[in-house]
Amino acid sequence: MSELSKLTIAEARDKLRAGDVTAVELTEACLSEIEGAKALNAFVHNTPEIALDQAKAADARIKGGDAPDMCGIPLGIKDLFCTKGVPSQAASAILGGFKPEYESTVTQNLFDAGAVMLGKLNMDEFAMGSSNETSTYGDVVNPWRRGNEDTALTPGGSSGGSAAAVAADLCLAATGTDTGGSIRQPAAFVGITGVKPTYGRCSRWGIVAFASSLDQAGPMTKTVRDAAIMLQTMCGHDPKDSTSADLAVPDFEAALTGDIRGKKIGIPKEYRMDGMPDEIEKLWEQGREMMRDAGAEIVDISLPHTKYALPAYYVIAPAEASSNLARYDGVRFGHRAKLAQGDGITEMYEKTRAEGFGDEVKRRVMVGTYVLSAGFYDAYYNRARKVRALIKRDFEQVFDQGIDAILTPATPSAAFGLGEMSDADPVQMYLNDVFTVTVNLAGLPGVAVPAGLDKQGLPLGLQLIGKPWAEDEMLNFAYCLEQSTGFVEKPSKWW
Amino acid sequence: MSIDTETARRVAKLARIQVEEDALPALAQEFNTILGFIEQLNEVDVDGIEPMTSVTPMRLKRREDVVTDGHQPDKVLANAPDAREGFFAVPKVVE
Repeated sequence: MSELSKLTIAEARDKLRAGDVTAVELTEACLSEIEGAKALNAFVHNTPEIALDQAKAADARIKGGDAPDMCGIPLGIKDLFCTKGVPSQAASAILGGFKPEYESTVTQNLFDAGAVMLGKLNMDEFAMGSSNETSTYGDVVNPWRRGNEDTALTPGGSSGGSAAAVAADLCLAATGTDTGGSIRQPAAFVGITGVKPTYGRCSRWGIVAFASSLDQAGPMTKTVRDAAIMLQTMCGHDPKDSTSADLAVPDFEAALTGDIRGKKIGIPKEYRMDGMPDEIEKLWEQGREMMRDAGAEIVDISLPHTKYALPAYYVIAPAEASSNLARYDGVRFGHRAKLAQGDGITEMYEKTRAEGFGDEVKRRVMVGTYVLSAGFYDAYYNRARKVRALIKRDFEQVFDQGIDAILTPATPSAAFGLGEMSDADPVQMYLNDVFTVTVNLAGLPGVAVPAGLDKQGLPLGLQLIGKPWAEDEMLNFAYCLEQSTGFVEKPSKWW
Repeated sequence: MSIDTETARRVAKLARIQVEEDALPALAQEFNTILGFIEQLNEVDVDGIEPMTSVTPMRLKRREDVVTDGHQPDKVLANAPDAREGFFAVPKVVE
């Protein structure tokens, strides 16, 4: 039975259509894997009844000959997505008990296509973190371990539950969201594929907002083909999100030809960081060689404002978060603090938010409050938005020169141990997103593809950055890289 | 720019997050670390650059100004910590 949960979406789709397996069998296999994987702490709200109902409906559709690609595919859903009648807490205590009366557009799109929800996945609180250590549900544990050690490693974050669940074959694929690298960094840490689409490709409606100008949902999958299939269903125009793009969606899977001859791949010199491990440098070099061997032209490029992406992000994201998270006030949903005699409404707000938010969330809300406050708005917030415009211009100039995509490392290190960064200052943790955050600031699509193992046996990933709305072409580059690296390694089961 | 305990107290108040008095110095220190990191932005020449307002240039859609939703007070109130007689209930605001 457990073999079924290891299938890719593409394999399962073909088996379902051929009648070799049913959606109920697939779903039961995944549910039993989830039951046995509590040590990973990836799934935090299981929905087996919903899953089996959806699977039965999918089987009926498949029998009737009406089977979209995602029909009958069991998925994990990040806790950031509002799912009707099912706890949706963004891994925060302040949303304890919250059960939305509505369904996010992305999950609705998946369910309309017949996909099955196994449950909700752990994450960093409000998607603020790079190690899944800020969750009210506790840490997620990476299914990978260093050699023969049993040190618990981070799966990355914020989509750490999604990453761990897919890597451990608890589900066929999972949804993630990416504000500064929250799909691509965890995907790289667990050896799976993760896509952040162009800003506006997926509707943000019904996804708990962190930084609205940066947030995008995307698929986290076992292969590039699966990412293409799943993204196809997730995205599309949605009148309920005013920033959702009313553009035709290309056929992503059809774009996967593996033919990249004559294409120009840019290698940005600013992504060669001081102190970057040799293994990452070597992996990047191998990626360049593979793409050259496949017929692409490798071009050295410059993105001069790269260095300022993280500091700009740590103004803009907290500023938007401080505004978005103002809604958690103990009035309309979630937690309300117990009040003392004589407490008024201000005490209610202050106590509720002090009890409900974790430390990292409080820190970012307060930093955001500060940079938006009178007297500092121009010096911090407006300056950061100007720098953001320059970062975007860097990319535009490179694409105007004829570059088709950009190849970079996905992360500056392999997965680190849970708790290893606990004594570091917050900025050290922020550096995890150094290669991914530029993509969010410029609104571009990016994909992390597993590319190899380090000497400790941990996966490392490469990132491809595409032109706006060119996810099809970007995924084809990723597909080519996937074919060349032949990465098929899986963590050995210990859980 | 260095943040002192008094500024940390003021920011916590603005953010409506209760912070105990003895936690303020450590909080101020954290702000200083983060703001020190952000200070790098001062190195960038931003003369004549417009602050970004929208990452993908697009005209916001318009639609007819009609009611598209509503009449579901029970659903709106379903998640409220305290709801009474069709309203959200909060501690007394006016003396």
